[in-house]
Amino acid sequence: MKATAAIVGPGNIGTDLLFKLLRSEVIEPRWMIGVDPTSEGLELARQRGVEASHEGVDWLLKQDELPDLIFEATSAYVHREYAPRYAEAGIRAVDLTPAAVGPAVIPPVNGDEHLDAQNVNMITCGGQATIPMVYAVSRVEPVSYAEIVASVSSASAGPGTRANIDEFTRTTATGVETIGGAERGKAIIILNPAEPPLIMRDTIFCAVAPDADRDVIADSVVRMVEDVQKYVPGYRLLQEPQFDDASPATLGKTKVSIFVEVEGAGDYLPPYAGNLDIMTAAATSVGESIAVQMVKGQMTKGESL
Amino acid sequence: MNDINQLGRTWSQTDPTSDLDLRLTDTCLRDGSHHKRHQFVPQEVRDIVHALDSAGIPVIEVTHGDGLGGSSFNYGFSATPEQELIKLAAETATRARIAFLMLPGVGTKDDIRAARDNGGQICRVATHCTEADTSQQHFRLARELGLETVGFLMMSHTQPPEVLAKQSRIMVDSGCQCVYVVDSAGALVMEAVADRVSAIVAEIGQEATVGFHGHENLGLGVANTVIAARAGATQIDGSVRRFGAGAGNTPLEAFIGVADKLGWRTGVDFLQIVDAAEDVIRPAMPEECTLNRMTLMMGYSGVYSSFLKHAGNAADRYGVSGAKILLEAGRRNLIGGQEDQLIDIALQLRAQS
Repeated sequence: MKATAAIVGPGNIGTDLLFKLLRSEVIEPRWMIGVDPTSEGLELARQRGVEASHEGVDWLLKQDELPDLIFEATSAYVHREYAPRYAEAGIRAVDLTPAAVGPAVIPPVNGDEHLDAQNVNMITCGGQATIPMVYAVSRVEPVSYAEIVASVSSASAGPGTRANIDEFTRTTATGVETIGGAERGKAIIILNPAEPPLIMRDTIFCAVAPDADRDVIADSVVRMVEDVQKYVPGYRLLQEPQFDDASPATLGKTKVSIFVEVEGAGDYLPPYAGNLDIMTAAATSVGESIAVQMVKGQMTKGESL
Repeated sequence: MNDINQLGRTWSQTDPTSDLDLRLTDTCLRDGSHHKRHQFVPQEVRDIVHALDSAGIPVIEVTHGDGLGGSSFNYGFSATPEQELIKLAAETATRARIAFLMLPGVGTKDDIRAARDNGGQICRVATHCTEADTSQQHFRLARELGLETVGFLMMSHTQPPEVLAKQSRIMVDSGCQCVYVVDSAGALVMEAVADRVSAIVAEIGQEATVGFHGHENLGLGVANTVIAARAGATQIDGSVRRFGAGAGNTPLEAFIGVADKLGWRTGVDFLQIVDAAEDVIRPAMPEECTLNRMTLMMGYSGVYSSFLKHAGNAADRYGVSGAKILLEAGRRNLIGGQEDQLIDIALQLRAQS
């Protein structure tokens, strides 16, 4: 028995997500919802036997049968408006916009913590790519400060990201603190227009105590990379974690530098857009955990009857 | 008055009370922050602002080299918080306006608000020259706050004039009052500057002014600036004593001398600025900004000037050639802000050797 899902927003992210959910063993993507009848994403959904409508969420909510889950791939503005109506209709939401209505989730860090939450948020692409690394350090040594630098290809940064670039840096920095476990976080994003487009790269800097155990940190990082690879196979450590001795230039702390590359699975989006792939892959992973929990709950209910 | 350009564009057109043909911005307290490894202390800022202001420099830029919020592992931590330095500069200047720089993706609107509260009057928003649409929210806010605005199209050598013109349109439509052709790598050669300035002038006409920000990595700072002014740029950046990233910026005192010779009014006293360069600016510099193997490599392969110190650090740390790091940075098409990738390049070079 699968949980049913609707994807709202048939753009790049929504379409890539559809391709991933079509392979899912626990989620059945049954609806694709947009507002533009000429949308390529809606057409691709139709071709794959998914019911597609350009009449928006209002149409979806009028149907006799409603989805168990909605994946929101529109914009923060739209999600903030519709989230209460999903809740009212008893539909759980996985939010891929920066609306941050519900708690933020990074699958290998706190993926199991919010399985009962009505609404979960996926933070940002940069957050999904870097927060696991911050957490990998902070789970073994206190991190007083962490800073992430996300470089993505210009072609993969949509108008929403561009118009709200402050939202990206702020939301990601907050996630570095609250989920990554750093006392203080900072995020930097670079859009690089090189052709052919560059694969997403992320650098994670963490400040730890001068006597921190470097082997333990390096080992924790490698293990976390393996955990992320379970849902993003193209997530790669480019170098061994680097350690710089404490100096005035490192604020008197040991500086840990971690370099990763995120190559996408190429489901719908090109492989260089690892930043988008890690969002849809993380959303799929989180959605599946929620679906498993829901299905289990329904079966339990059935047994007790 | 000698005609600077066929278009009759002068700064006094923009500000009739100024009596200036060109309005100069000294950026040694911002671009020089790279050369200084972001270690300016309050007394240096006080002394430099006083000297530049007294000589008649109309705009002085003060910020971390990588703009507001630049203090970081990636770009280097500031010895003194930049907002304190902006405040100090604003308190010290009697005539000059204080400008500050911000890069969307590094700083945020909150940083702009703080800089305004500390006395900053000109908000300069810098994007890579194809990414102007990331600056729109910042220009809108700056104008709402009553700030004068400037847009920086960084790494302008990487794009043809028509692309820059389109990008300048995005900035101007968002509230930018002056678009700069920024030769971040010091890689533009003469006519290439003129073509870019001309294309932007043609696009934005009288809606905004045009500026030029040069670097010395191929030794062309002053020459490129002269040609930019002839093409219609009326705002000019430079740093006294070249105090800037890479081989430094256009030496402002030299340009002021050249402008005197050409009969272009800058409002700056040449003898006074020459004294300031020698007596005040030079002592604050860790060393002169020079043309050498590393800085020439930047101009030659089109590498962002502020990579210089970071490439040097990575070369020392991993025992590889700094010049090779810069060449590879050029080959990878790295842009401003990607300092972290220099470490990755150094590690890769070490693995190959």
